[in-house]
Amino acid sequence: MEFFSHQTSYPFMATRKVWYTLSAVLMIVSLASFFTRGVNLTIDFTGGVSAEVRFTHAANVDEVRTRLAGAGFHEPQVQNFGSSRDIAIRMPPDPKQTATEIRARLEAALTGIDAAAQVAQLDVVGPQVGSELRVSAMWALFFTLVLIFLYIAFRFHTWRLSSGAILAVLHDPILVLGFFSITQMPFDLAVVAAILAVIGYSLNDTVVVFDRIRERFEGNRRSPPDVVLDQSINQTLSRTIMTKVVTSIVVVALLFLGGPVLKGFSAALLIGIIAGTYSSIYISSAIALDFGLTAEHVFPTVKKAAFDHLP
Amino acid sequence: MLEYARWKYLLVAAVLLLAMLFALPNVFGEDPALQVERKDHNPVTLEASRAVESFLTQRHIRVDRSYIDGGRLMVRFANVPDQLAARDAVNEQYADIYRTALSFAPRTPELLRTLGLRPMPLGLDLRGGLYLLYQVDVGAAVSQALEGYAQDARRALAGANVAVKDVTTVAVGSERPNAVRVVLPPEADVNAARSALTQPLAGLTVATESLASGSALTGVLTPAQIRERQDYAIQQNITTLRNRVNELGVSEPIVQRQGVDRINVQLPGVQNSAEVKDILGRVATLEFRLEDMQNNAYEAQQLGRAPLGSKLYTHTRFGRPVLLKREVIATGDQLTNATTGQSQEGPAVNIKLDARAGESMLKTTRANLNKRMAVVLIEKRREVSEVGGRKVNREVTDEEVINDATIRGIFSNNFQITGLAAGEARELALLLRSGSLAIPLYPIEERAVGPSLGRDNIDKGVTALIVGMAGVFLFMAIYYRTFGLVADLVLLANVVLLTALLSMMRASLSLPGIAGIILTVGMAVDANVLIYERIREEIRKGVSPQAAIRAGFEKAFSAIADSNITTLIAGLVLWVFGTGPIRGFAVVLTLGIATSMFTSLMGSRALLTLMYGGRRKIARLSI
Repeated sequence: MEFFSHQTSYPFMATRKVWYTLSAVLMIVSLASFFTRGVNLTIDFTGGVSAEVRFTHAANVDEVRTRLAGAGFHEPQVQNFGSSRDIAIRMPPDPKQTATEIRARLEAALTGIDAAAQVAQLDVVGPQVGSELRVSAMWALFFTLVLIFLYIAFRFHTWRLSSGAILAVLHDPILVLGFFSITQMPFDLAVVAAILAVIGYSLNDTVVVFDRIRERFEGNRRSPPDVVLDQSINQTLSRTIMTKVVTSIVVVALLFLGGPVLKGFSAALLIGIIAGTYSSIYISSAIALDFGLTAEHVFPTVKKAAFDHLP
Repeated sequence: MLEYARWKYLLVAAVLLLAMLFALPNVFGEDPALQVERKDHNPVTLEASRAVESFLTQRHIRVDRSYIDGGRLMVRFANVPDQLAARDAVNEQYADIYRTALSFAPRTPELLRTLGLRPMPLGLDLRGGLYLLYQVDVGAAVSQALEGYAQDARRALAGANVAVKDVTTVAVGSERPNAVRVVLPPEADVNAARSALTQPLAGLTVATESLASGSALTGVLTPAQIRERQDYAIQQNITTLRNRVNELGVSEPIVQRQGVDRINVQLPGVQNSAEVKDILGRVATLEFRLEDMQNNAYEAQQLGRAPLGSKLYTHTRFGRPVLLKREVIATGDQLTNATTGQSQEGPAVNIKLDARAGESMLKTTRANLNKRMAVVLIEKRREVSEVGGRKVNREVTDEEVINDATIRGIFSNNFQITGLAAGEARELALLLRSGSLAIPLYPIEERAVGPSLGRDNIDKGVTALIVGMAGVFLFMAIYYRTFGLVADLVLLANVVLLTALLSMMRASLSLPGIAGIILTVGMAVDANVLIYERIREEIRKGVSPQAAIRAGFEKAFSAIADSNITTLIAGLVLWVFGTGPIRGFAVVLTLGIATSMFTSLMGSRALLTLMYGGRRKIARLSI
């Protein structure tokens, strides 16, 4: 079986203005939503109380909310998750109370509704932990981008490809942020991990295309760069699609079967993988071309290793 | 012609065999078990373990197996009711000797266990339990050290008859106090003061300056000394927390430093956080002080202030207020042990101090025989209150005098407090021990996962893993036919290898970790796809099948290496920055990249060469 039985020859470079525009629109929408609505940060980042409670019968969300407010909890957010018997509760940090006290009061309030209610999970995060995590997540993102920029510049001998890769890859987390901002899905620490993984994977594709560009330049130094870039993308297209289809299979399995804990994580991965595939096909090489990439920049200094030296 | 060196075949075979061996313990699952440990930390002997086992049989509790592991007895049961019954029976029968903890024991066969092979430990999100993150007030550790220097300086200057205006702790070029400042009046002899201070301020950088009125000597702690002091405080807190956690009877607890000034405590299986924090959260220090016998405490209480040089304590265990001298003889961090014991007058508490405190105790008791000495327990906790709409973090100190007794003899670092009832002695010893936690720490994060939720998480993770893998396997087999099946075998080998590495590292598996394994399966396909697409390209060009395979591996290599390294960079950064389950994910992601490079480059090459190698003529490839 093959997705493309013949070698494709889509004119990616000639149409790049269209793709730039599409990306720009998506990024503007994402950023606008991010800066106006923000993302629904979980207590991982804000600090606060998060609990999961299991009732023996279907729980009435409004009743739970009223009871909690009656027990003196401020702004309790109550919603069903998983099944009608499972309730998730989120509350802003209440530093005057210890986790132990919160648990006792929570249990007292809930057993009033259902004597057999069980607190399956209770997280209490102090506000300082949350704000630190926000900072270290930013640093993690920053270091990843810098290190990858340097690596690509080193391996491909030109900042043009490096910049193309980084600009294209910035586009992916922005779209993921936009998705989380528009849907207001809970944004937790696992989503940050997913975003970093997405950056890794998206670059993975970009690098495979770049590798082909390097190879094609080596053989046809006289060919115009846009032709070489188009050929490279087309030649790796079937691999790019194939790999992403397979990765999406496992991510979809995670999304639907992994349970609520992994929901945000897998959603971020899925969006990121789609965005990443798009950006590495349509954007990264096109940017390198607009930065004036020619064969001269990627001249082959790497001598092909002999067959027997391969692992 | 398609060939592969013999040593490479051997390497692939050896690695895979070893991997299967290391991954094997994970397939047996776990049974409920009871962990029995001697309270005095001596190893449990074989005879003692037989005695426990026959005692349980007498009580009609069916023991599945029992064995000694690292000096502890593990008793395995077929079901949870048996486990709980056994715990109650052992706790009742052997209350003085053993401490028990509910646990899970892997069903790993004896042979594998003696080889040291164990399954991956499960993280708290999969097994249920309590996670606590404590913040250690390292600033207090430094202040305490400075206070000690200031006190020594005062004493030395008084001994040398040098007039002193003031001895304080100050901040020099830093936000927190890091120096001791001695202010001298104009008539004081600076040189005499300096030489008197050489010994008490040894190690500090001392500078002299002249002021409008007199002069000042400032001794500054170097950054290295501050760091040392902070590290010591964290280490001491970790030790104390470990001891307290051991008292809880939890199996496989983790107490470890996190970052500069935090300690994380992981208690698998613990559900009742109130009970735990009662014991762990008692963050306290002790002070041994002389009682002020010249003044009347009741009078001071009425006046609302203490006489000069004394401090009034209204909160005492014996119900009456006391006045204590300001000078501290010894502190909790100098207490090395406090145990209950016996004296001629009944129950007693035996106290041991370190050498420095012993010296100071000797001096004090020699000069104050038959006077009274008290022990103050100081507990610190964090409280946040709203001041003008802003949240203010405030430290609240509760001070309680837990004992006062007459000094009946001259002693140094080894003495007894007597005249207590049996219950009182035990309580006092416990309070004293808990007071040896010198530096305040307070919980800033708490996460509790119920056991059923943990079970759920495992089930969901494993289902997603199986379905995801099945989907990938099927897809690869359809898309690449025979080559797809080869890729499937390689992917399976990759999961085995990854499991083996994680088991070897004893990295605990969390739900994000399972997600990492699933993702690795998805991503490991990539290397195979790169190679196969190359092979297809070569075949399209009309190259012979074997040469196509060769060229496929050759040409795909640089793309595989470069693309994996970029993902590796993201994984490593996450490893460095992440904590808890996120680090678990990063570990799996990073290792998964390494194992998938190995299996898809070497494993699949070996397999394909075995299938299509040699001089045979092959008309076409099933790809």
